[in-house]
Amino acid sequence: MKIDNSLPLEYSTDQNQLNILGFWIFLGAEIMLFGTLFASYFTLVDRTGAGPAGAEIFEITPVLIETLLLLTSSFTIGLAVHAMRLANKKATMAFIGITLLLGLAFLGVEIYEFVHYVHIGAGLQTSAFTAILLTTLGTHGAHVTFGLFWGTFILLQIKKRGLTPETGNKSFIFSLYWHFLDVVWIFIFSFVYLKGMM
Amino acid sequence: MEFFERFAVPHPSPAIYASMVAIGLTVIAIIAGLTYFKKWGYLWREWLTTVDHKRIAIMYLISALLMLFRGGADAILMRAQLAVPDNKMLDAQHYNEIFTTHGVVMIMFMAMPFVFAFMNYLIPLQIGARDVAFPRLNAISFWLFFAGAMLFNISFVVGGSPDAGWTSYFPLAGNDFSTSVGTNYYMIALQISGLGTLMTGINMITTIFKMRAPGMTLMKMPMFTWSSLIANVIIVFAFPVLTVALAMGTMDRLFGTNFFTTSNGGMDMLWANLFWVWGHPEVYILILPAFGLYSEIIATFSGRNLYGYKSMVASMVLISLLSFLVWTHHFFTMGQGALTNSIFSITTMAIAVPTGVKIFNWLFTLWKGKIRFTVPMLYSLGFIPLFTVGGVTGVMLAMSAADYQYHNTMFLVAHFHNTIIPGVVFAMLAGFTYYWPKMFGFMLNEKIGKWTFWMLTVGFVLAFFPMYISGLDGQARRMYTYSEAAGFSMLNMLSFVGAAVMAFGFVLIVYNIYYSVRYSPRNIGANPWNARSLEWATHTPVPEYNFAITPNVASSEALRDVKNGHDLFPGKYEKIHMPNNSGLPFIMGVIFFVWGFSFVFAMWIPLIIATIGIFACMGYRSAEKDHGRYISVKEIEDTETKLRGA
Ligand code: HEM
Ligand SMILES: [Cu+2]
Repeated sequence: MKIDNSLPLEYSTDQNQLNILGFWIFLGAEIMLFGTLFASYFTLVDRTGAGPAGAEIFEITPVLIETLLLLTSSFTIGLAVHAMRLANKKATMAFIGITLLLGLAFLGVEIYEFVHYVHIGAGLQTSAFTAILLTTLGTHGAHVTFGLFWGTFILLQIKKRGLTPETGNKSFIFSLYWHFLDVVWIFIFSFVYLKGMM
Repeated sequence: MEFFERFAVPHPSPAIYASMVAIGLTVIAIIAGLTYFKKWGYLWREWLTTVDHKRIAIMYLISALLMLFRGGADAILMRAQLAVPDNKMLDAQHYNEIFTTHGVVMIMFMAMPFVFAFMNYLIPLQIGARDVAFPRLNAISFWLFFAGAMLFNISFVVGGSPDAGWTSYFPLAGNDFSTSVGTNYYMIALQISGLGTLMTGINMITTIFKMRAPGMTLMKMPMFTWSSLIANVIIVFAFPVLTVALAMGTMDRLFGTNFFTTSNGGMDMLWANLFWVWGHPEVYILILPAFGLYSEIIATFSGRNLYGYKSMVASMVLISLLSFLVWTHHFFTMGQGALTNSIFSITTMAIAVPTGVKIFNWLFTLWKGKIRFTVPMLYSLGFIPLFTVGGVTGVMLAMSAADYQYHNTMFLVAHFHNTIIPGVVFAMLAGFTYYWPKMFGFMLNEKIGKWTFWMLTVGFVLAFFPMYISGLDGQARRMYTYSEAAGFSMLNMLSFVGAAVMAFGFVLIVYNIYYSVRYSPRNIGANPWNARSLEWATHTPVPEYNFAITPNVASSEALRDVKNGHDLFPGKYEKIHMPNNSGLPFIMGVIFFVWGFSFVFAMWIPLIIATIGIFACMGYRSAEKDHGRYISVKEIEDTETKLRGA
């Protein structure tokens, strides 16, 4: 394997460059996935049947906490990549660890939120609106959950193997994924919650 | 016992029981054969675990051919049922199941893998690469496709086939009207194979962008690679829409949600919209690579460079954009206003313009060429006029006001078969004949091939042109029978005869393979057709590393340049890095099959176990250390000498 040291670690081999481009294309597909969910959400948002509308069930506090947690975690994963480029293994691991903890906290609040919705009669089966709401949020949440496992795996590999072109590449790609989930959340926050509460 | 009742077929018939026996016997025969000839190890080492793009291509090819016959059996049954009025051969339910599986199998499990076979085989060869960007992922894509296809195919003997049409419109496809597990199969099998398709899309785009040989700029790529690039971009943007639609449909059927129902706010038209936002681009995913193959073949057998390279590329880019802006034309009659319909009429008709550009480019390539009437060329020459008829009737359908007359009649059926058969299927058969020697080292028999071409062409015209007339006369599609008084008898009988002629044509293909394996001469050299592009510059059969020395490309017709004195392979041998084989993709395919099967029957515990299995495979892959292997200079020299000698 040829390693080109003039490039950042995550780009330093041919395979690494392929991986990064491939992942960007995958993110393009993810944009379509969430785009379709949003389009369906806007189509169904007023079709509440006998169930509640968004304004009746949304609560600002948990949503703000979630937003804060996820935005911060996006910052810390950025710091992790920075540390990785400086070849600082300890700091990289610490920042990925913090990111994952923040993600876990986000997930906790989201689960609380879901339980709350079901509790007040806005379950998956209630109406087209609740179904698309929970599916959109749930798809994002499932991505976060997947990210938690994935990140943990990368963390373990960095611990065992150090910062190699491979682990560097993986953490960078993971950071792309994590930022992407943050962007999706900003859309959810603005167009699902804020718009819904207005 | 109660547990097993769910697997029973709700509408059994002698034909289905016979199929069960046939499937059982085939499986036993395969297992016995493999054991007797001691081929299990060979199968596992050389095929099931392979990550070589060429072998994966061949597996796609075999699957496509098998599915062609599976879908073809449905087709011939449909035409037989309609051949005479008031026929009692099939009842309405069976007819519904057959037209549903026919459509799904032909589009998703025949045409798609056929296209992927050529993409896999040709893209790395045409751009001078060793393999695709992610060989392991490529194998996973194949096995996901295969798992989806097998899952879908067992539906008719385990639990019942889907019966709501390949479009599965809700509320018909909902629990109220589709009570068997059939539609679950539809939702989940397509989900699994769709996932594989998406990954192929990502893989191929990365390959084309990043792995081209030195000198090959984007505008020097062979036309098939260009068409594949664009088709794969469409895949990446269209398939996630299908993913979401299928997920919602699955939830409606299994979790009691109300996305597409008619109560609690559900909206059935949302399905129709999502389906066609994917579905229309999908037909272009199929036709663009077909156009690419025709471009290669027409250039070769006219002995000329492809006319209008740039306009070919530009028109495909335009088609890809437009293909996302026309989906409403599939339901002009379903309640939008005049304004919406008019807009989509115009965007639809606009697609005919870039398509027309391509047709003229092919004609200009033929113009003054030294045309050789080989089998691949016959298909291409048949394609031009026949496909044009399909395009013209498409423009007729695109007039939303007139579409109230045509919609969901046999006229529509004639239109899309008129585009798909001379467009996609002919291209696949042309490519099949054209690239067969590259894949296997000998030619298919030309004489049998010409017979096949004529049978398919005559059969096609006989089978589908009458439908234009019966459709205009008012024969609806998807009706399982009609009365004598309706006056469709004669036309439908003609269609049946045509279908039977086509069936003979398809059987001839198999005979041709058999005949050529036995009698075709083997010493054909690397370039038996006297072709012009890079894939023909390496040996036949192609060594696993494709090119011993990475080519240095000067134009899109690399072999032409060699004749004009260009040094295509400068430098000397160096060791070559290759990926290792892996059993993981196959195992994942098996687990996905179990996952899908459990999902279809709402068996949650196996579903959870399979889900964990899938993630375990991914975790294993993530932690695995696999740096591939090197082929030494010595090995390369040996292989090259051997291949040159042969
Ligand atoms: C000039 C190009 C084309 C135009 C203007 C066109 C137009 C249309 C229109 C308006 C319909 C809907 C008609 C109705 O439902 O009443 C339709 C259906 C269809 N077309 Fe085309 N088309 C074109 C090319 C193609 C090509 C190249 C393919 C495939 C390779 C294709 C495959 C289909 C299929 C599969 C359907 C409908 C299937 C169904 O409803 O089950 N078309 N086309
Ligand atoms: Cu269309």
